[in-house]
Amino acid sequence: MNAFLAMGGYASYVWPAFAVFFIVLIADYLSPVFRRRRNLRELRARLARQDARRKDKSNG
Amino acid sequence: MANWIPLWLHKLGSPPIFYRFAGAVRPWALALALIAGAIALYGGLVLAPADYQQGDAYRIIFIHVPSAWMSLFIYGIMGVAAFIGLVWRIKLAEVVAMESAPIGAAFTFITLVTGSLWGKPMWGTWWTWDARLTSELVLLFLYLGVIGLYHSFEDRRQGARAAAFLALIGIVNVPIVHFSVNWWNTLHQGSTIRILGPSHIDARMLWPLLTMMAATKFYYIASLFGRVRTDLLDMESGKDWVRELATKEASR
Repeated sequence: MNAFLAMGGYASYVWPAFAVFFIVLIADYLSPVFRRRRNLRELRARLARQDARRKDKSNG
Repeated sequence: MANWIPLWLHKLGSPPIFYRFAGAVRPWALALALIAGAIALYGGLVLAPADYQQGDAYRIIFIHVPSAWMSLFIYGIMGVAAFIGLVWRIKLAEVVAMESAPIGAAFTFITLVTGSLWGKPMWGTWWTWDARLTSELVLLFLYLGVIGLYHSFEDRRQGARAAAFLALIGIVNVPIVHFSVNWWNTLHQGSTIRILGPSHIDARMLWPLLTMMAATKFYYIASLFGRVRTDLLDMESGKDWVRELATKEASR
């Protein structure tokens, strides 16, 4: 196991390379998830405002 | 639309139908990406022997080369989608082109960083201004330019059209990146994998590399479809299907 982690003395190059690969791809995958959640929240708020306005009008 | 295009393909261009289609495909693409990626990592990091010259440092190849292939492949897809979007004004094609750009930029960034981490122990330098490295850096700037141009317009579709032009012009860089190791003297090694003729690599190293290539392709589908779904919801937020979906997701 230690020999595996040492990567023949190149551990300080090999592991950061793999870390960059995973960190960048995870960030890429998550960014639209958050954007989608935010957009839907804003859309619901807008729909709620429109509903409230319609009710105001019908009440006089 | 020309009538030789099958009806289902035509329907797939409709945002609500593509939204559902992408939502159904995406989990499978991600699962395949993770499984293939895990197998490739095991094969590349554990099973494959050390290189006779580079020792274990060469193992960076298993992410560097698939990422580099993806950086060019995604640019090709972006170029084709941009062309379709410009000519036929199909909203979905514009969205596919614009949402490919960040994924391509991510893979290009990975290629440059992992290449740098590989170059330091093997060449003795993090960076050199040679043809392959410079053209790959230009590729990153092209991706960033497309992303920037897209977001600099108030009207999303106007931005998409301007950015699609840039994407099409930038496509000349793709063959430059690919053939740079043959056209110029460079520190970067030549192609290892050949489609025509035998590859210059041991079979125990080749299969993890090809498996990782498959994994990154599946990842691209998963990531692209997630991004396209998000974009479609945003662009169509005035339409009934999005309103229904928004209220449905709130009650869950």
